[in-house]
Amino acid sequence: MLKVEGLHASYGAVSVLRGLDFEVPDGEVRVILGANGAGKTTTLRAICNMCNVSGTVEFEGENIVGTSTAQIVQKGVAHVPQGRGTFPELSVTDNLLVGAYVRKDNEVRDDIGRWFEIFPRLEERKDQLAGSLSGGEQQMLAVARALMSRPRLLLLDEPSLGLAPLIIEDLFERFTALNKETGLTMLVVEQNANLALEMADYGYVIESGHITLSGPADQLKNDPAVQEAYLGA
Amino acid sequence: MLAVTWNFDILPDFIFNGLQAGAIYATVALALVLIFKATTLINFAQGELAMLGAFFVYVINIEQGLWLWLSILLAMGFSALLGMAIERTLTRPFDPSDHLPVVLITLGLFLIVNAVAADIWSFQTKRAADAFGKFPGWVPFGWGGERFIEVFGTRLRYQTIGIWVTLALVLFGMGLILNRTKIGLSFRAVSSNVESARLVGVNTGRTLGFGWALASMLGTLGAALVAPSLGGYNPNMMAAILIYALAGAALGGLDSLGGAVLGGVCVGLIQSVVVSWLGVVVLEQAYMSILQLAAAFLVILIVLMFRPSGLFGTRTIERV
Repeated sequence: MLKVEGLHASYGAVSVLRGLDFEVPDGEVRVILGANGAGKTTTLRAICNMCNVSGTVEFEGENIVGTSTAQIVQKGVAHVPQGRGTFPELSVTDNLLVGAYVRKDNEVRDDIGRWFEIFPRLEERKDQLAGSLSGGEQQMLAVARALMSRPRLLLLDEPSLGLAPLIIEDLFERFTALNKETGLTMLVVEQNANLALEMADYGYVIESGHITLSGPADQLKNDPAVQEAYLGA
Repeated sequence: MLAVTWNFDILPDFIFNGLQAGAIYATVALALVLIFKATTLINFAQGELAMLGAFFVYVINIEQGLWLWLSILLAMGFSALLGMAIERTLTRPFDPSDHLPVVLITLGLFLIVNAVAADIWSFQTKRAADAFGKFPGWVPFGWGGERFIEVFGTRLRYQTIGIWVTLALVLFGMGLILNRTKIGLSFRAVSSNVESARLVGVNTGRTLGFGWALASMLGTLGAALVAPSLGGYNPNMMAAILIYALAGAALGGLDSLGGAVLGGVCVGLIQSVVVSWLGVVVLEQAYMSILQLAAAFLVILIVLMFRPSGLFGTRTIERV
């Protein structure tokens, strides 16, 4: 579904990614692990053309480098940015409506109802401003909003950041369920390697703009280098 | 030395004046806040663009002889196109996170628009038709044809009522556009979080262009409505009003649309009631106009010192 080759990305003169190769096959959950500043967030931003990019990013067989962010969203890529990225001054319902911005069909209201069923907390707070929600609720809202565009690939940037352990667990269970039930393909960037590897099929480790290690999630979990650096073993 | 005689008879008169001026400041403040919310930029050329819009009204209405309200609507349309063109050519090419270049551009635009208007129309004030001169004939209670009605022993002018009705309609219309249309939703989204708006596929450039169009239309309407009470159209007509509107926007909180309206009205009342009435009662009439401007700066100063977010603004505009 997603195939990235020789991906370079920079902000102005600062180059962050120096030639990444990875892929995310249809229906899989893949995770990118790495320390702060390794380039995890930039990798996701580069896929959505939110920074200066060179190399190839193939989405469903089509190179999307140089395509506008709006068009990439339209093609079926949804991005939940780090720090949730909800619209704090908009109501929960309006947040979901904006999420459907690129859609032209008339099933938007039905979809909102569907996500309200899955995340009942959001329905309870549908008229509240997103900024007044708790961190966990905001993360649910951010995910539901991203799903409103009916994506085929979901990019999740540190979904566990700043959340309590119980809430993180619940959230990751929902991600797994989403993947199992709808076949949604996901690329997750995480610092919480334990949880991420549990959910993922396959993982990559990224260090200062390069991929240094990759393999099936089970294999990475038992890799001594990964254990030392990311699993706190 | 100062003869303090509290003359309360003329107070309602000053309140009405303040409310009328305040409605105009509210309109211009709303235009400023629309742009600020979306871009965190103050458009210093807002007043001059409104003045240019008012001259469009002059050309269409006085020179070409079209009906005043049609002229105002046409001028608002032209202003909207001009606003979008400015956004597209003068602000979009610049890095939105670097404020200085764009602020300088709006300052430059301020000077250019003023000079161009002066070159075309000169500084000689051009007569303006008053949209709210006399109550129309169909108005009941024998008010039809009158310029004012008697309230609290003073004259409440049709102009004041008309401007307030217009402001109410504008607010209602803005509410509809922002809350019930897709472009309104995307504008609120861009104002709330540009990055996320891009990530859900909103075309931020076009959305900001829409904001500029809306702001330009508001400015033109405000300038067209205030022109009669300023004696007519003049290239410098909006200079002081921009300052009062800025004071109103700062008071209300630069990122609150409701705050802009309330702040603008408050500045009108402060200016008229506190300064003018006190000026007439306590001091001599001659100090009034200086005091009015000083009061506006004082409002800005006090707000920035003690409550930088204004009355209704977001406490911390920076997001983490």
